[in-house]
Amino acid sequence: MRLEYPANVKIIRVPCTGKVDVIHLLRALEKGADGACVIGCMEGSCYFKGGNYRARKRVEQAAKILDSIGVGGQRIRMYNLSSGEGTLFAQYANEFTEHIRALGPNPIKKAGKKAA
Amino acid sequence: MIVAKQKPIDEIIKMVADCGKILVLGCNECVTVCEAGGKKEVGVLASALRMYFLNQGKEVVVDEHTLERQCDHEYLEEIRDIADKYDAILSLACGVGIQFTAEKYHDRPVYPGVNTCFLGATEQRGVWTERCQACGSCILAETGGICPVSRCAKRVMNGPCGGSSNGKCEISKDVDCAWQLIIDRLKALGRLEDYEKVMPLKDWSTDRAGGPRKVTKEEVMD
Repeated sequence: MRLEYPANVKIIRVPCTGKVDVIHLLRALEKGADGACVIGCMEGSCYFKGGNYRARKRVEQAAKILDSIGVGGQRIRMYNLSSGEGTLFAQYANEFTEHIRALGPNPIKKAGKKAA
Repeated sequence: MIVAKQKPIDEIIKMVADCGKILVLGCNECVTVCEAGGKKEVGVLASALRMYFLNQGKEVVVDEHTLERQCDHEYLEEIRDIADKYDAILSLACGVGIQFTAEKYHDRPVYPGVNTCFLGATEQRGVWTERCQACGSCILAETGGICPVSRCAKRVMNGPCGGSSNGKCEISKDVDCAWQLIIDRLKALGRLEDYEKVMPLKDWSTDRAGGPRKVTKEEVMD
């Protein structure tokens, strides 16, 4: 397929998106990531029944926390696709990167540098 | 267990806004089960606070620690050596734990990170409901194991009242009429004749109205 997606996207593999917790998303931003997206299986086709539904709730919860502390919940998103959809993965990676680029760098990172 | 709910983050921020070093202190007991103040919630809150302060350009240290229990001397001793290092302790334990921490570390400000709600049970994950008001003189033997003190809005001892309709309480369609539940349970137990017995006046002297309470068990006291 030789599909391209931005080189700045770092992939972290998890056994199921149900494993992703609020703290993982917050830590990603706290440690300087500009955004984090969770890519889970299609809704209704989770191998472990409802892992991707749980992940979506946690993404929403983390976004709410980020909104309340002024970092911006829109830096966190969830996408769904099936494992055979490489093209869609590349499309989502491009779309999310553009979305984050439009938001600008993570304000925490900027503030942290200033403080140092 | 004691059911609590985390306070809104902006309310928490207001309390600790002027502190330079904060200890977020969790509890491994009830508040862990009701997902309000366990190790996980401590991690999330501490991370959110660190990000908030960084974003504000403030250098604030936010550390995390979770005790086995905050309502016991021996476990609270665990932070004896570190408590002095902090400008504030933000406790995510129930009201009991928060107060006990404050009593033990008298010169450290201790702030509540949760609102303590009631004594309840886990209906399902994320749903907790009230079951006991700790009235100090249990009548569950007479009422088929269903408590009219905590589950009836009026605390009626000989119910149901006129507000009961189709098994629901007049305060909300989502609230079961405790006395309907009692009657159904007595029927299931084959004890419906007990319902006919008029309950005497309840002794409320053991309830909160008598002031702060104390329980002692002399045979185990040192």
